[in-house]
Amino acid sequence: MAISVKDVQHIASLACVDLNETEQERFAKQFNSILEYFKELDGLNTEGVEPTYHVIGLNNVFREDDAYEPLPQEEALKNAPRHEKGYFKGPRIV
Amino acid sequence: MDGDGLEGSVIIGLEIHCQLNKLNSKLFCGCSTKQQGLEPNTMTCPVCLGLPGALPVINKKAVEYSIMVGLALSCEIAEHTQFYRKNYYYPDLPRGFQITQYDWPIASNGILTVEADGEERTVRIRRVHMEEDPGRLVHQGSIETSKFVLVDYNRSGMPLLEVVTEPDLRSPKEARRFINKLRNILEYLDVFDGSLEGALRVDANVSLRGGARVEIKNISSYKGVERALLFEISRQQNMKRRGVKVTQETRHYDDERNCTITLRTKEQAEEYRYYPEPDLVPLSVKSWEPRLKATLPELPDARRERFKKQYSISDDHAKVITSEIRVANYYECVAGKCEPRLAATWVADYLKGELNYRDRDIKDAFEPEKMIYILEQLKTGIITDKGAVEVMRALLDEGGDPKDIILSRNLAKVETDITKAAVKDVIKENLEAIRDYKDGKPQALNYLVGKVMKKTNGRADPAEVNLLLRELLECT
Amino acid sequence: MALYEESVHKAFDRIKHSKLNAYITLDKEGALETAGKVDDGKVSGRLAGMTVAVKDCITTKGLLTTCGSKILSGYVPPFDAEVVARLRKEGAVITGKTNMDEFAMGTSTESSYYGPTKNPWDLTRVPGGSSGGSGAAVAGLECRMALGTDTGGSVRCPASFCGVVGIKPTYGLVSRYGVIAYANSLEQVGPMARNVSDAALLLDVIAGHDPKDSTSVPHDACYTDHLVEDVKGLTIGVPKEYFGEGTDKKVDNAVWSAIMKLDKLGADYKEVSLPHTKYALSAYYIIAMCEASSNLARFDGLRYGLRIGKDENWHTTFSRIRAEGFGEEVKRRIMLGTYALSEGYYGKYYLKALKVRTLIKQDFEKVFKGVDVLAAPTMPTTAFKIGEHADDPLSMYMADIDTVPVNLAGVPSISVPCGFAGKLPIGIQFIGGFFDEPKIIRTAHTYELNTDFQKLPEGF
Repeated sequence: MAISVKDVQHIASLACVDLNETEQERFAKQFNSILEYFKELDGLNTEGVEPTYHVIGLNNVFREDDAYEPLPQEEALKNAPRHEKGYFKGPRIV
Repeated sequence: MDGDGLEGSVIIGLEIHCQLNKLNSKLFCGCSTKQQGLEPNTMTCPVCLGLPGALPVINKKAVEYSIMVGLALSCEIAEHTQFYRKNYYYPDLPRGFQITQYDWPIASNGILTVEADGEERTVRIRRVHMEEDPGRLVHQGSIETSKFVLVDYNRSGMPLLEVVTEPDLRSPKEARRFINKLRNILEYLDVFDGSLEGALRVDANVSLRGGARVEIKNISSYKGVERALLFEISRQQNMKRRGVKVTQETRHYDDERNCTITLRTKEQAEEYRYYPEPDLVPLSVKSWEPRLKATLPELPDARRERFKKQYSISDDHAKVITSEIRVANYYECVAGKCEPRLAATWVADYLKGELNYRDRDIKDAFEPEKMIYILEQLKTGIITDKGAVEVMRALLDEGGDPKDIILSRNLAKVETDITKAAVKDVIKENLEAIRDYKDGKPQALNYLVGKVMKKTNGRADPAEVNLLLRELLECT
Repeated sequence: MALYEESVHKAFDRIKHSKLNAYITLDKEGALETAGKVDDGKVSGRLAGMTVAVKDCITTKGLLTTCGSKILSGYVPPFDAEVVARLRKEGAVITGKTNMDEFAMGTSTESSYYGPTKNPWDLTRVPGGSSGGSGAAVAGLECRMALGTDTGGSVRCPASFCGVVGIKPTYGLVSRYGVIAYANSLEQVGPMARNVSDAALLLDVIAGHDPKDSTSVPHDACYTDHLVEDVKGLTIGVPKEYFGEGTDKKVDNAVWSAIMKLDKLGADYKEVSLPHTKYALSAYYIIAMCEASSNLARFDGLRYGLRIGKDENWHTTFSRIRAEGFGEEVKRRIMLGTYALSEGYYGKYYLKALKVRTLIKQDFEKVFKGVDVLAAPTMPTTAFKIGEHADDPLSMYMADIDTVPVNLAGVPSISVPCGFAGKLPIGIQFIGGFFDEPKIIRTAHTYELNTDFQKLPEGF
């Protein structure tokens, strides 16, 4: 199998998602079948083909350097589950 | 590092992040860049708070400023440039990714020369790129012991320019000079105010020749750069001496404790999963180059050369004066109205000296008009050098008007008559010294000058007293 | 009671007794207020007094916006999406926020934290997805029209399964400002309605340049001007890759009948080929998952949304919140996206998919040199049973086979009803070249006027 449970754990850590053992095993199995399906792209020669990041060929889209009114502090914090003294309150770093 | 025989064995590369804080608005939204010192989270909007659905739009002027910096550093401006997402989690990053540049930076392959003990060192600039600043974290006590973190997103989205050098620097002192020079150029370009806290932050790569490279993150003061590098180099040297291998890692600089601490090792390297920012379209702005080149102001090196020619001042003076745009502007203002060489001495030596002593910036000094007045008084002999220094000190410490200071402190030189009278008195009262002088003891004259100075409460000009004394003694 | 207020009461009465679960949040108060103002002549506009439902991934100021996810519990945005601002400006009566697959990741509206929406034609079946709430609400008369979003077919699929009209506009035509991103480079907001006229009217209101969205294209057009009954001289391309194997026979037949009907009305048709179609599904899922993995990184419970339990260090805390707040399909996609973007795999998956995307886009560009529009099934089948694909995500992905190429290429497509399989509606899509909305609207409108498939589900 291309993707092991250990790989799933590593990806989960990168993606910042906590998974239990059952989930890890289930995902490992599903990922393998999905990635197996994606393998069909390997059969297509794309040498010399440019990637398409944007379908519309826009470039140079800007705004002028003008300042607008910011959100009032209470609006900025309104949706925060926890806040204190005007700050968002988050979990400790270490 | 100088003189300890280790020059050349130290290899330093810098990544310098400068806030383009002279812009009106942030990099991708219309929040003001004047967010310093505000209440937390009072300069935010859906874009810089990363609210779902909000979209970034590039500040055109930020791109122009970046090109100007690129040009000032002799870089090539990219035909094509674009933004990427740098994906990582941290509480200061409201979207879970930072919008930055990766492949295709706005400018690359530049140079900047710095003074390196008697010679000029050419430091290659690998790239200059634009990115957004994250928010600011506040810890209760230290980062290790705090039970929670407080987050302020006022800084989030501040426009940053990252200047990355090749590993061409050879000592902490050179690194400091490089940063000072870069700061100076950015201030000449009027895109940056380096006096604001946190306006400039540095990551440094350090290694001893042949050894592993260590990255030091988060050096946030000008002075910190040299100190952090000195600490890190001696740490690596000690390891080498003990036969311990230096490992490739990322270390965090602790300014307060003046040391570096392991942040992560090579094995724990971040995976940033860079990919092009789909909410922004690419830029093709090389065509702006001629227009922006034409608007570039005179830069420090050019100004230094011009000052030497135009004002006939010494290279040392020209260097000191042009190494800070505010000092250079101040000087030009004064030199336009006074004797330029006199002005150079008084600005570069005296005023800068007094400011350094007070750890103050020229923008906190008195107006150039006041300096012009002082120098006029000095030139016409109203005040002495000593008096001029006293006026300057009074202006720096208490402020006020130089004219009033001269009057209230009795600094104006006494009239020549009074000096003459004092000289005559001294001659009458010190016959013995006069005899000594006439007997060929020239030091007796100094004694007499001292007596006159004492009689005039120091307001007489010693040179003039000297002259008068000799004249009178010749005739008696 | 005044006219519009009364119609609002009627709609909310129907919603109250509905079994569809089409809405996550209702705004009766706001709806009545706007309707009252229209009645009093204080508010006017092209949508004055018309009830419009808004998919819950589109941000509404002061109104709960959840994206069908537990992780956005309690999130009340402080701003309106541009499309919502445009609705308000034209006097629309916004009824509420419609149910959807969590973060628009799905084809059935089963993955919503707020429970599945049911198909008005058969309550044991899905309404399609991810804009299933919008599709069901329109079909079930719980609003006159609705906004959906279409990343890989999410407007057209529920339009097809619910027997209504849905448009996926050209990429860049409609502002994405305020649309909670799933896959930025693929998605567009699209109108859903019971007929082509209403859909065109809604598109008129929401389309047009928005300086707040850097990918918004300056392009002006009036779509209602193209509600013309005329397909004479129109060349319809029939892409062979969209028919045959994997497509339900009844769907195949209904779509061919529709093409014959248009032929009778004066259009010509010819078989064409889009040779890279079979690679579209993989390319689509790779791109969408990669973009999603980054877009959904912001949901960590710090600034808004779900925050649970006691705090540990930030990584542990965020990981737990995200584990609790995201459903299984969302976790699956962000993890696969994270994997596909990581070092060593970027070229194999993401970059490769973007190259395939180029080939698919070129297929369309080539084919539109010889035809005006393409006609194809919207979905290979009719609405499936709730729970039918529960254990096999890949089999669910396969259902998007006919819709995703359009999103990869960025071109517009409209889905209209073209028949029934038993009591279940079948949809046909007309695909146009870039900014060819006028052509596909005219084709769909002409077809609609000459057929009899605009029906209400039994009991409505």
